[in-house]
Amino acid sequence: MNFMQANLPYLLAGISVGGQYALIAIGYTMVYGILRLINFAHGDVFMIAGLIMIYAAAAMPLYLAIPLVLIATVVIGFLIERVAYKPLRSAPRMSIMISAIGVSYLLQNLALYVTGGLSRMYPTIPFISDSVTIGSATTKMVTLITPVLTLILVVVLVLFIHKTKIGMAMRAVSKDFETSQLMGIKINSVISATFIIGSFLAAVGSMLYFTNYAGVTPTAGAMPGLKAFVAAVFGGIGSIPGAVIGAFIIGICENIIKGMGWTTFSDAFTFALLIVILIAKPTGLFGEKATDKV
Amino acid sequence: MKKLLAVLLASLLVLALGACSSGSDTASTDATSSSSDNVIRIGVYEPASGDNGAGGKQETLGIQYANSVAPTVEVGGTTYDVELVIVDNESSNDKGPTAAASLVSSGVSIALGSYGSGVSIAASDVFGNAGIPVIGVTCTNPQVTEGNSHYFRICFLDPFQGTVLANFAAENFQAKTAYSLAKLGDDYSVGLCNYFNQAFEALGGTVIYETFPEGNSDFTSYLTTAANSGADVFFAPVSTEAAALIINQAAGQGWSKPILAGDTWDSNVITSAATGTDVQIYVTTFFHEGDTSEKGTAFVTGFKEWLNANPNMLTNNGGNDMVSAVSAMGYDAYFTALEAIKNAGSPEPAAVMEALWDTTYDGVCGNIVFDDVNGDAVRDVAFVKQVNTESGNWDFIAIQGIS
Repeated sequence: MNFMQANLPYLLAGISVGGQYALIAIGYTMVYGILRLINFAHGDVFMIAGLIMIYAAAAMPLYLAIPLVLIATVVIGFLIERVAYKPLRSAPRMSIMISAIGVSYLLQNLALYVTGGLSRMYPTIPFISDSVTIGSATTKMVTLITPVLTLILVVVLVLFIHKTKIGMAMRAVSKDFETSQLMGIKINSVISATFIIGSFLAAVGSMLYFTNYAGVTPTAGAMPGLKAFVAAVFGGIGSIPGAVIGAFIIGICENIIKGMGWTTFSDAFTFALLIVILIAKPTGLFGEKATDKV
Repeated sequence: MKKLLAVLLASLLVLALGACSSGSDTASTDATSSSSDNVIRIGVYEPASGDNGAGGKQETLGIQYANSVAPTVEVGGTTYDVELVIVDNESSNDKGPTAAASLVSSGVSIALGSYGSGVSIAASDVFGNAGIPVIGVTCTNPQVTEGNSHYFRICFLDPFQGTVLANFAAENFQAKTAYSLAKLGDDYSVGLCNYFNQAFEALGGTVIYETFPEGNSDFTSYLTTAANSGADVFFAPVSTEAAALIINQAAGQGWSKPILAGDTWDSNVITSAATGTDVQIYVTTFFHEGDTSEKGTAFVTGFKEWLNANPNMLTNNGGNDMVSAVSAMGYDAYFTALEAIKNAGSPEPAAVMEALWDTTYDGVCGNIVFDDVNGDAVRDVAFVKQVNTESGNWDFIAIQGIS
């Protein structure tokens, strides 16, 4: 019992951070599934969502700010695809990846310019910022809400992909890009839909993440983005359940490692895990067999 | 032909960008005078972005205020205008040397800074090779001045600060176990933690020491470990950015023990993060806003007036007119530099460096005298302050020395 009491906080932190990684990882994995593109700017979209929230919450009440953040982030995700990726659709895959890296740095430096490089405090969202006590552990409400909300969103997303027409189109495009185009699928709207969903989930993730870890800096998206990317690869990039499970595993392992006193190695471990998994199972946990080279 | 055109266009684009950046370079210096004959340039080597951006800006504000108070200096019968050349070292050990090199090439007589020991150490050689003396304002790591003759410093050192904090923890909280947390690869926090740990163990206590990696923003696990180990105090002399996260998460987890930190935490970032919570935060620092001495009051009043008259400066100070100790130190550093230039009788860097050893200055943070070994200021007390979580101000607690 004592053991449980002492270690419950680590587990809670792990599950909650895992859920937040999962929401970002879905964006990586969906874009990869359809475009075979690693969207390096995704972590920065997550950070921008955090910044928009800070400025929106200062200017208007929260019940307006929250929808605004969701909409603005979706618009940004959509615009990034239209401006930086769409013109390169027939270019070699390397060019579009470089373009993604360019967008990532552009967003970071824009944020640096706007904020002056200083950490901004994230606004307190009532209810989810409240403290709750579970057994011996005191934590924020958001810790409990994150995994539940993540699972609900994933179930909705999976239903969306399997039951709707656009979802069917997404699956077709991810199977075979050229053929589905020949079959009359409007490839551009499918890709836009993918970016919209990814950005929406990143915006939700940013609200949960920054409520827990309240400082937003221009590079605040880099580490969560990288970890979420690792989670997506870990679970088998292109697979949504894989990304979610991978994210939870990484979040929980990371915090258990910290709990064991090896704090110095918690990040090293995450990346070592990636290497080991890729050696043992190159396509990740749920990855598809036939892979393209990126 | 097409390729040639593409190359031409690309080079035009690069040229255009180059023109833009050179335009902004000149804009970043405070051009107070157009004549170049009677101008002394003082370099300000401080972070304006990155982990230590908030503190660096406040230190720079102190220097700028001092410059507005004394914009000229009389050396050998000639009146010189003092021009500040301000660069941003981005709190980064990689980018610091480049920023320092740009100060060297703009011909400064002396440089001030930096907030953060790591960047100071990183740029030390650049200044040293150019023969330009530097006054460290609030970089407390011993390595900054050790083994060189061009780096001076006006603040106390980490071995002293760590010992003061350990004494404070043991005397005021009867602490037996301390948890100390540093950032991996950060000279300041790792150094200060080591000195604290040594001193605390020498006083008969137990220390649990952990580090967190760059880019980490989840401190709940560290707080849990501290709670599980039964620590009486939480010692975290990390950057203000991480500090805000720690305070926030400590409040969320219901952490009730005192949190101790060094001079870095003396910032309104900390007070704004702690206001409205139950977290007790104690820091050691160089100066206290409630200082009632004549010099202290004059500085505080003048500085506040100046801040409120300049909306930009007020923003750089974090949006309010609270006086940070690093601003007071910046103010002292500027006048110490002027004093050295006067003693040298010339704006030549070599002469200023020679004169610095014997320069003394009675500043708002106390009397400054450099020792003969490393050029460190002789200091034997530190102020201890606590955050008032209701009003969001600092409460003065004690003047702590080493027992």
